[in-house]
Amino acid sequence: MTIDWVHFTFWQSLLGGMLIGLAASLLILLNGQVAGISGIVGKLFNIRQGAWRWAFVVGLLLSPYLFRLFSALPAVQFDLSWPVYLVAGFMVGLGSRLGSGCTSGHGVCGLSRLSKRSLVATLVFMGTGFITVYVARHLIGG
Amino acid sequence: MPLFTAALAGVIFGFGLLLSGMANPEKVQGFLDLAGHWDPSLAMVMAGAIAVGFFGFAIAKRRTHSLLEQPMQLPTATVIDRKLLIGSALFGIGWGLAGVCPGPALVTLAMGIPQAIVFVVAMLVGMQLHHFTQKSS
Repeated sequence: MTIDWVHFTFWQSLLGGMLIGLAASLLILLNGQVAGISGIVGKLFNIRQGAWRWAFVVGLLLSPYLFRLFSALPAVQFDLSWPVYLVAGFMVGLGSRLGSGCTSGHGVCGLSRLSKRSLVATLVFMGTGFITVYVARHLIGG
Repeated sequence: MPLFTAALAGVIFGFGLLLSGMANPEKVQGFLDLAGHWDPSLAMVMAGAIAVGFFGFAIAKRRTHSLLEQPMQLPTATVIDRKLLIGSALFGIGWGLAGVCPGPALVTLAMGIPQAIVFVVAMLVGMQLHHFTQKSS
């Protein structure tokens, strides 16, 4: 392992993370709800009550347009082939619902409230994430 | 008012994803690539989010209702079961494959990235599959 100092965005990532923590705090303190994106999206079409979920998603979808008022949007690189996004999207959707959370619900909110269940979930998905990238980039992609 | 604050939380959440680099799949994979040229940025995202979120949830835990008089809906499950482990493992593989998780998927969808549209459609199919299998069991 070598550290990629060129791409390491210490301050932006720390500040961005703090904004995510602020958003999660606002949602729990004002609405009494956990900012777990997979849970919010997964329940959009299936639970009649909960207009707040639609409001949250609308806010998320508007965020790049509002961000652009302050600063240029950062580059986003989707460099892989189409089937990868199809397969990965399906696994992310099914896996996050089966495991009751994703990077936001378990990784941010769960760890913030010191949930052991979320700690286990986060270690598992980080672990399989590390292994998957290792296999894709160094064993197959090599 | 609750709808406004939920939308506001969504906007701030999206700003955080964009500013931090989480919305860029290449950066996410740079973090997950321990054996390569490792980009530690996402560790800072987690640290920043938890440092702030810790206080929010610490206050929330002591309340039965939110500041807007909504019932406090904190998760109650504590059991570490097979569903949690298998689901999280599957989620991690998908996350590693594409470098995309649900929040960034929606933000990049809104930016009109074609691959994000494919990802979100497949994600919704996966979520609905879970919904129907839960119902029938």
